[in-house]
Amino acid sequence: MKTRKVFAALTALAFAGVLASCTGGGGGGGGGDSASNCENEIKKPDATIVTLWAWYPNSELVVDNFNEANDDVQVCWTNVGAGGEAYDKFQTAISAGSGAPDVMMVEADRIATFQAQGALVDLKDLGYQDVKDNFSDGAWKDVSVGDGVYGAPIDGGPMGMIYRTDIFKEYGITPPTTWAELESTAQKVKDAGGPWFASFAANQPAYVTALFYQNGAEPFDYDPSKEGEIGIELNSPEIKEVLDYWAGLVEKGLVGTEDQFTPEYIAGVINGKYSTYLSAAWAPGYLQGAGVGEGADAGVWAVAPMPQWDPASPIAINWGGSAFSVSSQAKDPQAAAKVAFGVYADQASLDDGWKNQIIFPLNVNVLDSQEFLDYEVPFFSGQQANKDVYVPAANAYKGMTYTPLGQYYYSALTKQVAAINDGAVTGSQAADALQADVVKYAEEQGFTVK
Amino acid sequence: MTLTTARPLTKKGHRRSTSARQNLFGWMFVGPFGVIFLALLVLPIGFALYLSLFQKSLIGGTRFVLFGNYLKAFTDPSFLDGVWFVIRFSLVLIPLQMAISLAIALMLDIVVTRFARFSRLMIFLPYAIPTVIGALMWGFLYSDNFGPLAEIFGFFGAAAPDFLSRGLIFYGLLNIVTWQWAGYYMIILYAALQGIDPTLYEAARIDGASQWQIIWRIKIPLVAPALLLILVFALIGTLQFFNEPKILQQLAAGAIPDDFTPNMYAYQQAFSLANYNYGAAISFALGAVVFVCVYIFLFATRKRGSFLS
Repeated sequence: MKTRKVFAALTALAFAGVLASCTGGGGGGGGGDSASNCENEIKKPDATIVTLWAWYPNSELVVDNFNEANDDVQVCWTNVGAGGEAYDKFQTAISAGSGAPDVMMVEADRIATFQAQGALVDLKDLGYQDVKDNFSDGAWKDVSVGDGVYGAPIDGGPMGMIYRTDIFKEYGITPPTTWAELESTAQKVKDAGGPWFASFAANQPAYVTALFYQNGAEPFDYDPSKEGEIGIELNSPEIKEVLDYWAGLVEKGLVGTEDQFTPEYIAGVINGKYSTYLSAAWAPGYLQGAGVGEGADAGVWAVAPMPQWDPASPIAINWGGSAFSVSSQAKDPQAAAKVAFGVYADQASLDDGWKNQIIFPLNVNVLDSQEFLDYEVPFFSGQQANKDVYVPAANAYKGMTYTPLGQYYYSALTKQVAAINDGAVTGSQAADALQADVVKYAEEQGFTVK
Repeated sequence: MTLTTARPLTKKGHRRSTSARQNLFGWMFVGPFGVIFLALLVLPIGFALYLSLFQKSLIGGTRFVLFGNYLKAFTDPSFLDGVWFVIRFSLVLIPLQMAISLAIALMLDIVVTRFARFSRLMIFLPYAIPTVIGALMWGFLYSDNFGPLAEIFGFFGAAAPDFLSRGLIFYGLLNIVTWQWAGYYMIILYAALQGIDPTLYEAARIDGASQWQIIWRIKIPLVAPALLLILVFALIGTLQFFNEPKILQQLAAGAIPDDFTPNMYAYQQAFSLANYNYGAAISFALGAVVFVCVYIFLFATRKRGSFLS
C-alpha cells in the first residue's frame, strides 16, 4: 500500500509547515496575513484591511456590499474550503501562532473548541451592544461561551419535518405532531408496504444532539470562567428515552439507517425511499443543489413542524448555522469586530442570501419582515414555509451549550448510533457507553467532571 | 567515497587532492537527495518524536511527560482495537493476495500467447489507478442504487449484501485492497519466474516431472525470495492501512469510525482534535508495532528467505 508513503509525506508536510511557521516568527506571514491574495477586489486600498475566511456561496457579493458601504475598513476575503477543510487550516494556524485570518466563519458547534485554545476574541465590548437586539437569545447563546460572546450570528437551521405529499396521500396519513404518533404512522406506512419514514444516520451527530435537546436534555454544562469544570450528562433519562425510541424505530424497520448527505442517500430521497426528512431550514437549498425536486419528485415536497414529546410544551431545535468570529491573531480587533458584525448584515446581502436559499438568516429584522414571512417557497410548491414552520421555530429556539469537547463528542456519538443501528446495543446502553467515553476524554484533557 | 582509500597510492599530495575533489563530487551528487531527505524525512520525524514526548490537554496546556503518551497509547482501547483490526486484516489479506497473485503469475508464465500479454496488462491495471479513485469507484460499485450488486443478486431473488455496513466492511475493504494490489505482486512474481533458468525445466521433464511437480518443486521454491519480499511489503502497508477506509468513511461513517485503524486514529488526534503530540506518539507506537511484526515474521522465516540479510 502506498498509504505509508502518502501518510509520511502528509505528516512531513504538516509538521514541516508547523515548524516553518514557528521559526519564521512573523517574518513572511501566511496566507491569512497578507492582503495580496484576496479573492475580491479592494477599491479603497488606503483603508484598514481585514482578512476574512468564509465559504458562503455568495461571499463575494456580501464582501463587495460591505466594502462599498465602508470607507475606513475593507475586507480581503479568501475561500479556503468549506467546513472541515477550513477548520483544519484555521487549527493549524492557531497551533502555529500565525497565519490565521482576522475574521473567520465558524459554525456554532466549533466556537467553544477554538475559544478554549484562546483563538477567539470576546466581542462583548467590541460592538455587541449595538447589535444585541438584532438576534434572538437562542442565537446569542449558540455563539457564546460562558459570559463571552465569540461570534456574530449569521444564519441558523431551525428544524422542521419535510415530507412528501405524494407518499402521505398514497397511504392516507397526515404529518404526525408527536413522536408517539410518528411511530404509529410509520408502522401504518410500513404495514402497507410503504417506504421508511425517517432517517437515523450515524454520520449526523449534530442532528441526533438536536433530538436530545428536544426532549429537554441538557447534555453539557460549561463555563470557561470556572476553570476546568465541565458538566456531562449524556446518560440522562431524557437522552435514554430519545435513543431507546430511535433504537425501537430502527429495530422495527421503520426508519433508514444509512449515512446522510451521500449520493446513496440523495438517490433514496429522490426515489421516494423516505416519507420524511427531519431537517433544518437550509435543507431545501441543499437538496435542490443535489438535484432533488427537479425530476419525478418535483412539486411533492411540503414542510410541517417537528413532532414533539410533549405537545403542551413544544421545544424548538436547531441544526447547523454559522457565525463570524474574530481571531486573536487579528492585528486590529476593533476593525475586525466591525467586519464580523457588519459583513452579511446589510439588507441587500441578507436578501440575496435568503431569496436564493443560501442561508436562513437569524437577523430579526429579516425574520420579522412581512416579505420573508409571506414568501412562497418554490421548493415547497408555494407553501409559506417561513411563516408556517421555520420562523416560529427560530423564535422559540433557546440555544445549546457547546463545549471544547465537541469534536470528540461527535465522534463518540457517531460510534454509538452506528452500534444502535447495528442492533448491537440498546439506546440506554449506548447512552451509558457514550457518557463513559466522553467523561474519560474530558478527564484526560484535564477537566474536572461534575 | 570510501573507494578512494582502496586505490593504489602514487604520490601522497596528489592522492589527497584527488580524494578531496572526489569527496566534493560525492557530496555534490548526494547533496540534492540529502537536502530533501533531511528536510522532508529526518527533520519531520525528529520533530514528531520531540512532539510525542509532550502531553497536550485542553486544560493545563502542554507539559513534558517523556514516554507518557506511549504508555497511554498502549493502554488506549482505540489504539489497541485499531492494531488488532489491522493485524486480523493482514492475516486474511496477505495469504489471499499472495495466493491469487502467485496463481496468476504461474498461469501467465506457462501460457505464452498474445492473450496472456493482454491479461497481464489488465490484471496490473488496478495498480495504476490511484488508491483514492479506486476506493471511490468501489464505493459506487457497492452502492445499492448505483452499483450492479443489487441487480445481480436480485436476478437470483436474493438481497444484495451491503459491503459498507458494519458487519461486512471488513470484506468490502479486503476486496478493494486485493483488487488493487494483486496485480502489482503478480508482476513481481512473474518477473521472478521469468528469471528462472529454463534448462531446469528441461532437466526436470527429462527426469519425468509433471507440470504440477515443476510448479511445486522448482518454480515456487525459486520464487520464494520474491514471495517473502511481497509479504513484507504487504505487511508493512496493511498495518499502516489508511487511504481506503478514510475515503470510504465519507460513504459509511457508521461502519468506519475515526479510530478504525491506528493511522486513522493518529489523523483524528492530530488534525481534528488538535492533539499533534498524541497523534505523533500513536504514529511512533504504530511504527514499533510494525517493526515487531516484521521482525517476528523474518525471524520465523530466517532459513529460507535472505533478501534482507
